[in-house]
Amino acid sequence: MAKTGYAWPSREKSRLLGKSHDRIDGLVKATGEAKYTYDVNLKNQLIVKCLSAPFGHLRITKLDTAPAKEIPGVVEVLVFPHAGVGKEIQWDGELLVAVAAESESAAREGVQAIRFDYEKLDVFTNEEDLEAAKAAGRTMRTRSSEPTTEREPGDDDDEDEFYEAEFKRLFDQCDVVVEGFYGIPVITHCCLEPHGSTLEYKDGKLRVYLSTQNVSGTDDGFAKALEMGADQVEVICQYIGGGFGSKFSPGYWGIAAARLAKSTGRPIKFMLDRDQELKIAGNRPSGYIKVRLGADKNGEIKVWDSHQWGTSGYRGGGVSDRVVPYVIQAPSRRVRATPIKVNAMQAAAWRAPNHPQACVMTQCALDDLAARLGISSLDVFLRNVKHISSRQKQEVYAAELKRAAELIDWKSKWHPHGKGPAKGSVVEGLGIALHTWGGTANNSECRLRIYPDGGVESFCGTQDLGTGTRTVCALVLAETFGLNVEDVRVNIGDSKYPPSGASGGSTTVGAVCESHRRAAQDALARLFETVAPKLSAKPDELEVGVGCIRVKGKPDRSLSWREACALLGLKPLEVTASHKRGAASPLSDEGVGGVQIAHVAVDRDTGVVRMKQFVAVQDMGLIVNRKTATSQVHGAVIMGIAYALFEERILDPSTGQFVNAELADYKLPRIGDVGEIVVDLYEPEDQRARGVIGLGEPPVISPGAAISNAVCNALGVRVPVLPLTPKRVLDAIRQANGRG
Amino acid sequence: MKDPGKSSGMHFHRRAFLQGSGAVAAATAISGGAAEAASRASRLVRSKTQITLHVNGSDHQVAVEPRDTLLDVLRYQLDLTAAKPVSSDGSSGASTVLVDGKPMTASTLLAIACRGKKIETCESVSSHHPDRICRTFVKHDSLQCGFCTPGFVVAVRAFLKRHPDATREQIRQGLNGNLCRCGTYADMIEAVVDLVKGGGNG
Ligand code: FES
Repeated sequence: MAKTGYAWPSREKSRLLGKSHDRIDGLVKATGEAKYTYDVNLKNQLIVKCLSAPFGHLRITKLDTAPAKEIPGVVEVLVFPHAGVGKEIQWDGELLVAVAAESESAAREGVQAIRFDYEKLDVFTNEEDLEAAKAAGRTMRTRSSEPTTEREPGDDDDEDEFYEAEFKRLFDQCDVVVEGFYGIPVITHCCLEPHGSTLEYKDGKLRVYLSTQNVSGTDDGFAKALEMGADQVEVICQYIGGGFGSKFSPGYWGIAAARLAKSTGRPIKFMLDRDQELKIAGNRPSGYIKVRLGADKNGEIKVWDSHQWGTSGYRGGGVSDRVVPYVIQAPSRRVRATPIKVNAMQAAAWRAPNHPQACVMTQCALDDLAARLGISSLDVFLRNVKHISSRQKQEVYAAELKRAAELIDWKSKWHPHGKGPAKGSVVEGLGIALHTWGGTANNSECRLRIYPDGGVESFCGTQDLGTGTRTVCALVLAETFGLNVEDVRVNIGDSKYPPSGASGGSTTVGAVCESHRRAAQDALARLFETVAPKLSAKPDELEVGVGCIRVKGKPDRSLSWREACALLGLKPLEVTASHKRGAASPLSDEGVGGVQIAHVAVDRDTGVVRMKQFVAVQDMGLIVNRKTATSQVHGAVIMGIAYALFEERILDPSTGQFVNAELADYKLPRIGDVGEIVVDLYEPEDQRARGVIGLGEPPVISPGAAISNAVCNALGVRVPVLPLTPKRVLDAIRQANGRG
Repeated sequence: MKDPGKSSGMHFHRRAFLQGSGAVAAATAISGGAAEAASRASRLVRSKTQITLHVNGSDHQVAVEPRDTLLDVLRYQLDLTAAKPVSSDGSSGASTVLVDGKPMTASTLLAIACRGKKIETCESVSSHHPDRICRTFVKHDSLQCGFCTPGFVVAVRAFLKRHPDATREQIRQGLNGNLCRCGTYADMIEAVVDLVKGGGNG
């Protein structure tokens, strides 16, 4: 068989790719028929509810589960291995005991019957205050990256002394030096479907309905814990109610569910409660930074010197110093980072790990530079395009900056920081930020069948997080075969299918495009071989038309798709094709840019920030489904508005309790809070030619910095720490007035 | 702005109810009379009553405890899982159903209080016979993970009944009882604008 040259059809030849298509599972979701893990009800199932730690740091002194077992309906009680008497618990919300019962009510009653007591231990939560953390002994060793400077230390130089002198020299040469403090606190993933599973153990086999971003990679975890073969475990996830980076593993609660299923012989449903979901099932590290930024009088940056701190929880962590300064990098720079340990659950990957925080921690300083110089931040960003370090080209950023500026009408709306006209107490402002992301295609394998009756069916152990993966698979197959989306059947969401990578880091659409296009092209090549004699042609003289296979240039010599497939005889044609992450491919690439501009209105009397308009210009290589690509960007921007203006984890400093771990208190934007969002998918020919690149993460990166910069442009005052709540806005105004 | 239809004397806060009812019983060691009283209260809470619930046009016999929420009964007894358990206090709107035509969160209603009322869930239509709201949601891609979507669909049904000619501004103001983490609001506004114009009828 001739080796297939994998490629995408050109823009002109694409019948489906790049156009707008409804998602194929849209109606099933909209009508509520879609069964999520929480919705799967297995016959005779037990429901699990948990006792969780009520304090930020404690030692268990008493744990008597006998009374729980007395509650009618309670069937089994499981004490987690980390939760016996004498054990130390480091954060609020940690699960201690699981109660399996005939109903939710009985399980809750069982939980409340547990006799539990504890000794309170010292709590530290103040991650924003580096000095307080030092005093409490909660800081870890400060990491310093190798400074980048004009001059290098000589062999005899003391390095510390040399760099002190060198940075002093470099800053002295600058026309302007800006000093700033910026911060972005911990937020949670807050998946609307909490983490959990519904599962059954039967005849030595475990079948798990798991709310997961990793259908093909979680069976191992269950198998190991239960000492069984991974082939005895099936993980299923047809629909998932949000993951955002927090749902890659079974979780210790998943393992406990499996153990309970085994010990009780009954199916188990074990989903976290809302407060548990917020407290222990995923959060994003905080980042605070002190920056000195030196530049010339035109706003071109020369020197960056920063010290950051923050936390990922009880093990320290914080925002990676490797992404600071973010994208726009001064030629000379030095970065230090001090991790802080607090009493809170350790962080998990949150959509575009490190980037949104690093963007705020860097590009707010850049905007403050514009403010200091009284020049337009657009000019400052454009002037510094030459200092962009990214896998996307500088020219693309320049084009995207100009495009975004046009779309928001920068020219007529911009004014110097704090100098805009006020309507009563309301002032408006514009702010810019830009970002980068990889988005490489993950590992993926696709098994494809073409049936003699013309049916097409694919199998792939990927998952659709709501990004439209299922629809993308169908589009790629339909495009390749000249069929309509309804003519192909896509099977995903089951670990028994060929493996596909976890959906993290915008790697899924690239992955499934790779495996499905390869499988489809391979299958088509085989079908051409079968069909060629019938059309008195060679296989390489054939092509696909709409619903048919025909001889190139001779449209009258063709067979309908069904006729062609009938030639397969009795057996379906089956092919399997795969892509390996990192392998060079004409179908996919990595490395995108993206520019966003926010337009806000701020009420100086109330401190309320309103979104007016938000422009997001985003490249992503080749666009597969314009409709879902656009809604992905909408969603990312709204998630960005959430952490820019509304959400944060609030820990009580004396108890370590996560005090706003319910949705009434954990503020998220509502439909009336998001203003108008304008999305521009940047896909000129040279970008399209790169193939598919993931899109999920990049547009969620810039909103924090863009919105903070817009508020600063409106007020002429930096509100240093996100989210920009009325209180923080008013505090910043008051402080500025006090000083001025 | 909260949907006015959603404030109702029928609602309760689940946690408060469980605690107030004595189900909380022996959270810490209680002895003697208090424990007995608590366990008596628990027994009361647990006793089941046969009731008829009128859901999506038909009657269903269910056995409920006084403490059972409408949401639990819909999901666990009738396997109607479109209404979702997202927040026990109803602040996400994900469990929104219509009770006598009014949008309410099933997670804050006691099943027993819904006797004699007409309950309509998202499942009153199906993917084979979708209503125009569902079709228009798909057309504008007003859903991503879809976990919040049935709650929104029901909220929009109620909203359009009261505001068939809603302006964009009214739409922004009138659907704030529901929460979406994936950020489908922008596309949802377009869907509702389209619906007001008569979209989804074709
Ligand atoms: S679509 Fe995922 S929460 Fe709304």
